[in-house]
This record gives sequence, C-alpha cells and structure tokens, in this order.
Amino acid sequence: MGDLWQGLSQAFWLVLSADAELVEIAFRSLRITVSALVLACLIALPLAALLAVRRFRWRRAVIATLNALMGLPPVVVGLIVYVLLSRSGPLGALGLLFTPTAMIVAQMIIIVPLVASIAHQSLRDLWQEYHDLLISLNVTQRQKIATLLWDSRRALLTAALAGFGRGIGEVGAIMVVGGNIDNYTRVLTTAIALETGKGEFALALALGFVLIALAIAVNLVIHWLGRTEREGAW
Amino acid sequence: MLRKIMLAASLAVWGGMAQAADVMKMAVTTSFHNSGLADILLPEIEKDLDLEVQLLVVGTGQALKLGRAGDVDAVLVHSRAAEEAFVSEGYGTHRREIMYNDFVFIGPSADPAAIASAQTATGALQAIAEAQAAFVSRGDDSGTHKKELSLWREAGLDAGAFGDWYRAVGAGMGAALNTASGMDAYILADRASWLNFGNKGGLALLFSGDPVLFNQYAYLPVNPELHSHVKSDLVAKLEAWLTSPRAAELINSYTIGGETLFVFNAKPAG
Amino acid sequence: MSDLFPLTVRDAVASRQGKRLVGPVNLDLSGQGACVVLGPNGSGKTTLLRLLHGIARLNKGQITWSCPKAEAQRRQAFVFQHPVMLRRSVLDNLAYPLLLRGVPRKSAQTEAAKMAERIGVSQMLDRPARVLSGGERQKVSLGRALICKPDLLFLDEPSASLDGRATREIEDILQSAKSAGTALILATHDMGQARRLADRVVFLLGGQVHEEGTATDFFARPKTQEAAAFLKGDIVEC
Repeated sequence: MGDLWQGLSQAFWLVLSADAELVEIAFRSLRITVSALVLACLIALPLAALLAVRRFRWRRAVIATLNALMGLPPVVVGLIVYVLLSRSGPLGALGLLFTPTAMIVAQMIIIVPLVASIAHQSLRDLWQEYHDLLISLNVTQRQKIATLLWDSRRALLTAALAGFGRGIGEVGAIMVVGGNIDNYTRVLTTAIALETGKGEFALALALGFVLIALAIAVNLVIHWLGRTEREGAW
Repeated sequence: MLRKIMLAASLAVWGGMAQAADVMKMAVTTSFHNSGLADILLPEIEKDLDLEVQLLVVGTGQALKLGRAGDVDAVLVHSRAAEEAFVSEGYGTHRREIMYNDFVFIGPSADPAAIASAQTATGALQAIAEAQAAFVSRGDDSGTHKKELSLWREAGLDAGAFGDWYRAVGAGMGAALNTASGMDAYILADRASWLNFGNKGGLALLFSGDPVLFNQYAYLPVNPELHSHVKSDLVAKLEAWLTSPRAAELINSYTIGGETLFVFNAKPAG
Repeated sequence: MSDLFPLTVRDAVASRQGKRLVGPVNLDLSGQGACVVLGPNGSGKTTLLRLLHGIARLNKGQITWSCPKAEAQRRQAFVFQHPVMLRRSVLDNLAYPLLLRGVPRKSAQTEAAKMAERIGVSQMLDRPARVLSGGERQKVSLGRALICKPDLLFLDEPSASLDGRATREIEDILQSAKSAGTALILATHDMGQARRLADRVVFLLGGQVHEEGTATDFFARPKTQEAAAFLKGDIVEC
C-alpha cells in the first residue's frame, strides 16, 4: 500500500513540476504510438473495407487470420522484427534496429490486425445496410469503399483508439527492438520495466499512472474532437 | 480552429528531436547500468567528445551477441572467459580492461545458513547448499550468472543437480533482486546494483571481500572487418576517454552512501 | 440520348436456393406514366422490381431495355420499402447521388436544398437523416431518388408503413414527378393508392403475370377470376 501512495504522490509531483525527462519520455511514447497507429490505419482500414465488400477466394481465411493475430504476443512480433532488422538479418543494411523507426514498425504490426478486425466488423454491418442503395446507385468500388469508410468513421475511430491503447501500453516488442536507450528509444512502458527492475516501485508506479492518464487524455480529446457523445444518433 | 489545435499538438509531439553530433551504440550489462555510474559518465562524454553513447542494457550473453551481430559498435561487460572467446573468434578487435567492482552475497538478515561468518566465498556457498536455504540465480547467461556458476564449481558443487531451493529466474539483476526480496532468498549480486536497489525488504549484505569476487569490466570494440558500418573512429575515441585520467577520477570518486563502488585499473596505452 | 423504353421481358426466372421466386415472366412496357404492380404478399412484386432495375440476379430469360443495361440502370432510381438512410445529414443524403456523378459539392448542395424544398423537408436539412420519422425518411429517400432526374422510378411499397398524411405527401410528390415526365413502376397492395396513381396495372400471382392491361380496364373489368376476387378484397392465395 505504501508504494501505491508514494507512486500516486510522486506521479502527481512529476506531472505538476513538468519534469523535463518525464515530458520527453511521454512525448516519445505518443510520437511512436501515434505514428504506428496512423500507418497501421492506412493499411488496416482499406483492407477492412475490401474484406467487407469484395468476395474473393481467401477472404474467410484472411478474416480468420486477422482475428487470430489480434492476440499476437507482442514479444514474438518484437523478436521477428529484431531478427529481420539486425545487422546480420535480411534488412540489416537499413541500420534500423534500436531506433524509434524499428519500434514504430513493430507496433504497427501489432496494431494492424486489431484495427482491421474491429473495423471490418462495423464496415460489414454497414455494408449490409447500404447494400441495396449503393448497388442501385451504381457506385464504383472506390466510391463504395469511400462511402462505407466515411459513414462508419465513428466506429473506425473506436477501432483506432483500441489500436492506440494496445500500442501505448505495449512493452514486449518495443523493448526488444528499441533497446530502451535513454533519450532515444526509452518510452513510458520500457521506463516502467526499467524502474521495476531497479526496485524503484514508487517511480515505476508514478510512470504507470502518467501512462494511464495519458491514455485517458488521448481518448477524451479524440471523443471531443469527434463529438461522438453529443451526436450518438448518427 | 480544430485544425490549429491538431497542428499545434502534432508539432509538440513530433518537434524537438535533437541529437548530438556523433552517435554510437554500446551494449552494457545490467549491473553496470544499475550502478548509476553511466549517468555520471555519459554526460561527461557528451561534453568532452560531443559524442552521444546510446546504451543497450542487457545481460553479458546478449551484449556479446549484439556485438557478434554487429548491432552495436562496442561492448562493455564483465565475463573474462566469454570476452576472450569473443576476441579470439574475431568478433572484437581487442579486450581492454577498464575497472572492477565486486560481487557480494545478499540474503535474509536472519541469515539461516550463517554465511556471514564464512571465511571464503566458496565456504559461504557450501553453507547455503548445506542448509538448502532458498537461493535465487540470475539464470540468464549474464556475467553475474556465469560468475555464480564458476563459484559453485569452485565450491565443488553442481548447480544443475540442486533441488527446489535453487531458483533460476532467468531475469536481470533488478528483477532477480526483487524475486529474492519477495521470497527472502540468498542471491549473488554486484555491489553497485545492491546499493542502488530500492526494494531491499528484509534483505541484507551478508558476505563480501573475498578477492575471487572481484568483477573486472572490459571494453570490446566490435570488429569493423566483419561489420563495415561500425563506427570505429568513435569507438577508439571512447576507448581513449574511458582509459584517461579524467575517467579514472570520475570512476574512483563515484560513491553510493559513502561507499566506493568501482576501482579504475586501465593500463595506459602502449 | 436513346430511349429507355420499350422494356421487354422474356421468360425471366429468378430463384434462390432452388426455390422459384418469380417466373417465367413475359412483359412488354412502353413506359408511359405509372405502371402499378399489384398482387398478394409473396406474389413476387419486390423481386420483379429488383430484377427490372438490375439489383437482383436473373437465373434464366432476358430483360432488355432499348439502351445498354448499365446506361439503363443509371437512368433509373429505386425507392425501397424500408428507406436506407446514409449516416449523414438530410442535406448530404439528398446530395449524395449527385456527388457520385462528380457534381461539385457546392452545386450538389444547392440542388439538394432545392429538392428539400420540393419534398417539404427544408426545415431539417442539418439533422441526421437516421433520426427522422418514417414518413420523413421515405420523403428523403424519394427526394434522393429523384435528384438525378431519372427517366424511370421504381417504388417498392413506398408507403406501406406510413399513415394517411405521409402517404398523401408521398403521392403528391409522385404525381408531380409523373407530370414532369418520370415514368413510375410501383409495387403496392394498397388498392386506393393503385387506383389513384395507376395508368397501367400488372397483376402478379404466384410469381407470374396473371393479368396485365390499362388501369381503367383492370379496375372496371378484370379478366380473371382471381383479379376480380383480389379487387373485391377477398383473400387470394398465391
């Protein structure tokens, strides 16, 4: 219990004093996860739409795979990315191991199946609803996908937020591929792991509370921007 | 309005990615990093050499592996046999001793195996094995782990044949200390990690001082003939700094709670 | 632009999972005014309309317009029994078909606002279309169908679940569309509506055209026993 209180008050002071290192780490966490999320959405959303409206041979297999990959253990993703990016690996020449870019790549791989699966479900439902109308209006494939994506933007936002949550709280993969280098690849979760390792539970908890607060803040801001609550009837 | 907020937010998040002129990566052991010495040395290195040393904090085994794969430019570890193999296999150009600290035995302050009164490190281990008192082993192929295994061998015991009381956790120094603290077990730790450890609980330092417990750190530049991207000039610059009188002073004067942790013992070049 | 009509249907059959829904149907329509498709529930009215519009698959036979199929579909519009509202405002729902055809957003919205005026929903342009009442939704979907000035409008029981006032409003819009030159093909089992709107009648029974002719003839002198019974309000099994 003592650690918990100490952690809370320490978190409070860290935030209140805008501790330079904390701010830097928090922004790095945001930067990496948001970048990974944006890239993941660019892949996942069109993929989800395609899976919803196109009938092709491996469609069911792809959907089942995506659903299964939602539970992909991050540390395995980390290992695979590590082996690929290591200097002695196939992509070693890029020199990306232990850089923020490697962390973004790993998080992206973790996020894509989650966002694609959630997005696919809502897009599929909307497509069932819109099917007759859009066929009657003789839309092209592009227009169809654009309409579905735009009209389910709120559900897609929820999918993206789920992806953000998985990314920002993830430690296994980015620890492996980022290396937790101070001032470079250290983010909130890896810093927490480090402080826990040092037995500094209060500081680790403080960072944990900051992480939770950050996640909540991002969700609130996105909901506010999207006005999801006010116009729930859409 | 909305766009402005978004723009400001993204500037705040993506802006300000400044870095020193030169950057190199060095793999170091958990115990070195946990000692806190890195926090003293790195800013001075950046000041003196305009060189940012990015540390990858891992066990000795993984640190050497990173060096083999060419994923770091240099390695700073403490496991002599493995280091010499690393150099003789051609992965490193040479091995340069920098400093040493020592290992200590930590255990429950009640000391059920009475190791505090042991004469030697091997004697302490024999006492623990005799009492079958809980013992936490790093079990992660790290320098500390290798040291522990060699001590068991010297004590004439086979760590592979131990019963339930011997627990290999496969974790870093801090995590292993946390485990030992949680179950009131004995553990071999480096002095620095122990002094900096924040969750001591019912543990205490019970045995230290036997010369076999000295822990030599050495600097290993990764061989640029195997990995052409290695920044050999920076690695050499850092080696010169680490063996300089300036480093000697910083290392020798580093204390925690009044206790000296490291002894600088690099021989001048030549 | 070539003509859409005449429409020729030859031995058209549609079935699903081995069960025949419609057919074989033979039909010729010249496309003047309103053609009302009558028949009891399950007689295949909806399926026939969807086949003609090209949104249901034909298993056998042929449906030919006097222009290519894709062009024909572009010149038609369809109003469903249960209106499909896009998750957008009323204005954006009305403007949607224009946007699909590459009309710039500004002028599409101007057109949509005019259409809103015409169908009497201009005081709710900014409201989400999905919160409207049933009558309002059906008016919006009618407006959305008419906004590209189709040559032919299909309507599948457009007022099946509406009250008298909403039905009247819908019919007023249909009358004015008709007098502006839009042909109608309307499925209904509201006899009053059929009498008010129809120029021709197609009477379906068991998925086949049972009787077909001018509205005046059909209502005054039905040729078949079943049609007569249907008109009297007797229960007719399909």
